[in-house]
Amino acid sequence: MLHQMHELGVTENIVNIALAKASEAQANKVIQINLVIGELSGFVPDCIQFYFDSLSKDTIAQGAVLHFELVPTQLRCRNCSTIFHPQDTLWSCPKCGGQSIEIFKGRELYIESMEVE
Amino acid sequence: MKKIEVIQNVLEANETIASRNQQLLDKHQVFAINIMSAPGAGKTSLILQTLTRLKGRLNIAVIEGDVASTVDAEKVQSQAKAVVQINTGNMPESCSLIAAMIESALKDMPLNNIDLLLIENVGNLICPAEFTLGEHKRVVISSLPEGDDKPIKYPLIFIDADAVIINKMDLLPHVDFDLAAFRRSITGLNPKAEVFQVSCKTSEGIERWCSWILEQVETKATKR
Repeated sequence: MLHQMHELGVTENIVNIALAKASEAQANKVIQINLVIGELSGFVPDCIQFYFDSLSKDTIAQGAVLHFELVPTQLRCRNCSTIFHPQDTLWSCPKCGGQSIEIFKGRELYIESMEVE
Repeated sequence: MKKIEVIQNVLEANETIASRNQQLLDKHQVFAINIMSAPGAGKTSLILQTLTRLKGRLNIAVIEGDVASTVDAEKVQSQAKAVVQINTGNMPESCSLIAAMIESALKDMPLNNIDLLLIENVGNLICPAEFTLGEHKRVVISSLPEGDDKPIKYPLIFIDADAVIINKMDLLPHVDFDLAAFRRSITGLNPKAEVFQVSCKTSEGIERWCSWILEQVETKATKR
């Protein structure tokens, strides 16, 4: 049995959004899709590009390059409000040592823009 | 060549279907819980305990998500009002349930005769964190043999949980599991999460968990 990872469904969405936006802009070809992806997001860029190449075949998005802008994880200490990048998997505030932490940035996954012609 | 601005969440398609699922569940007054954990943490055992304990008080349906097989559906069949097995093996996501799978499973359910829907997600602590299904509450089970570091290693799934269940409490004397450290990690990541210590083997703590469910179902019903 072939086990697809969850990037497949997500990539289907990317192709659908790209084709809809390209058609709105009356474009003939999608050259590049600029995505923003958080470091904490559970999606793997290489895997998305792999599925994209197959799903976009015979569409105007065939051959388009996916460009990923990686958003580094930023956490916020609930105790002293310090925003920091975690140094390891143990999330604790570098300022006060607090371990009550929330995610400030790093879960994003969206299409920011596209280059078309 | 020209640049066009898009700014569109790639997960929006799933979220749209999830909110449609929730509307349908609300219309039929069905309360839904998404149960997530690593393989073997005790999702099916917890569902069986819950079915036994709440039988006669709530009509409960179950959706079983697995990559393959119907073994879990067979286990809960006799106790539940309705069971739908989803095999994700040939679907776009095999590692998690997604909203579209729930949407089609709901078509096979007698929603008018159901109060509570327990959704057993695919055993996995990573992928299910990314997909909402239309559930009212998200529950994560962590069991003692997995170790006390799971919230540190897989924070996302714990951050979004409404409740965290620590299962296999009967094994506490036999494993190196620092209960206080685990609970500290949960409180740090997600201070609002309810924490339940249970053993599906001895039934310890199941009563409190079931009272919480009843309370949630009733609160939801009175809010209508």
